[in-house]
Amino acid sequence: MGAAFFYVIMGLAATFAVIVASLTHDPNFAIHAWIVVLAALVAIVAGLNTFDPEGKPKPVKGKYLDGVVQAGVIATMFWGLAGFLVGVVIALQLTFPALNLDTAYTNFGRLRPLHTSAVVFAFGGNALIATSFYVVQRTTGARLALGNTAWFVFWGYQLFIVLAATGYLLGITQSKEYAEPEWYVDLWLTVVWVAYLAVFLGTLFRRKEPHIYVANWFYLSFIVTIAMLHVVNNLSMPVSLLGAKSYSLFSGVQDALTQWWYGHNAVGFFLTAGFLGMMYYFVPKQAGRPIYSYRLSIIHFWALIFLYIWAGPHHLHYTALPDWAQTLGMVFSIMLWMPSWGGMINGLMTLSGAWDKLRTDPVLRMMVMAIAFYGMSTFEGPMMSIKSVNSLSHYTDWTIGHVHSGALGWVGMISFGAVYFLAPKLWDRQGLYSARLVNWHFWLATIGIVLYAASMWVSGIMQGLMWRAYDSLGFLQYSFAETVAAMHPFYLIRACGGGLYLLGALVMAYNIARTIMGHQRREVPMGFAAPAVQGA
Amino acid sequence: MDYHQFRHFADSWGLVYLLVVFLAAVAFLFRPGAKSGYDRAARIPFDEE
Repeated sequence: MGAAFFYVIMGLAATFAVIVASLTHDPNFAIHAWIVVLAALVAIVAGLNTFDPEGKPKPVKGKYLDGVVQAGVIATMFWGLAGFLVGVVIALQLTFPALNLDTAYTNFGRLRPLHTSAVVFAFGGNALIATSFYVVQRTTGARLALGNTAWFVFWGYQLFIVLAATGYLLGITQSKEYAEPEWYVDLWLTVVWVAYLAVFLGTLFRRKEPHIYVANWFYLSFIVTIAMLHVVNNLSMPVSLLGAKSYSLFSGVQDALTQWWYGHNAVGFFLTAGFLGMMYYFVPKQAGRPIYSYRLSIIHFWALIFLYIWAGPHHLHYTALPDWAQTLGMVFSIMLWMPSWGGMINGLMTLSGAWDKLRTDPVLRMMVMAIAFYGMSTFEGPMMSIKSVNSLSHYTDWTIGHVHSGALGWVGMISFGAVYFLAPKLWDRQGLYSARLVNWHFWLATIGIVLYAASMWVSGIMQGLMWRAYDSLGFLQYSFAETVAAMHPFYLIRACGGGLYLLGALVMAYNIARTIMGHQRREVPMGFAAPAVQGA
Repeated sequence: MDYHQFRHFADSWGLVYLLVVFLAAVAFLFRPGAKSGYDRAARIPFDEE
């Protein structure tokens, strides 16, 4: 793309957004228009800094396009910290309601989607985009296709995140869980996502290695499926082209089913398939051994994508959804046990004969913990999808605990492992600043998750039992407020667990920053005792 | 095609189709002589830095 073309597009975008901002009667929509103006101006100024008036073709540096992966690693860290912090804040709000601060902008209802989108789409999404760009280049031997389109994907995705996040705080939402952004933000993400698919597919087409490594299958299924889910679930009609509000094309139980077909496959293809792509590349690399069974990885892939897409209705047990659809969702969820555990075994057995590395390599330790949590949460999930279990667990904190054992344990830990692997490679350093700090991070995160999941099990099951308790006359035994009061101590434990997890991420950010700066801590290597202090 | 016909098609022919495709994919994986190819594929991450 020529520089002139870039400035014309950015100039037009800024002008268009100024016009929209001046015409709209929706003040929140105007704020979003001004954010777009600002983004376009920043892009122009940043572009001018590197402007070359002679327009000489720049020599292509390096075999691979890694700058965008570096940016992605930094964005992953940044959004991770932001998302975990908001998570701790809303955990404390549930514990101490005064922390809602009695303003519209800071109440739980607006901060909760800010947290979920920040961790899932901003932290997880950046980790997926960055690692997919890294892995697809390394396993195909080809540079990313379509020139700087990968940079458009990166910055376009950040703009999506900023628009989504500011929108939640302003009260712009279409009220679909994990799909809260309104129609114009959805359209923008669609453009970015199609560009992402084009870059990924283009790189696969240019591959020098004839076989497409299985990690790329998982990444590709994630990109394609998310495109499909996003477009269908967000079909809606804006009230005005100059306002934020829109109405879904679906209504009633169709709307609910579409939403949970989307919602559960966001878990299946965003938080599972994408991160499995990460597992199938980074675990073998870190362990220095090929995956335990390549054929099992392919069965894992096909079984996972054949089954996952049907599991969504388990979110709608005992609702207006037809019984057969509920049962279908339950049965497919239970069948998911097999590919999930097949994949877990495949990941763990990759270490067979190399388990001793866990003593000396805390990054590998982190990845193994991630796989263990993948196994645990994919055991728990199908169990909770069984109707009779669901009648106890649904709408309680048990669900929150389950989600976080998957999100903090599996998604978070495998992403941390990938970032620890990538940082020294991308910035060409000898190694991480400190392996011992990685070990600190490992334990802070692990203890944090244990506190989180355990407190939510107790709280959730207690809550479910209190809801269904009747007295001898057939009245409900507890009022709703009594269940809330009973959960207070567990909310406090949960907030502590989240705080430890955030602290671990801060340790990581420090470690990665020092690694990028090229520093190396002088420390006793892992697996060795610290030298005894010499007596006088 | 109304709802009931569509549903009937999905839980009969649709189901059979998906199952057969899946079984075919697994059978293809275990075709004779395929092992060495997959062992090589497993080493792709180690081909270059």
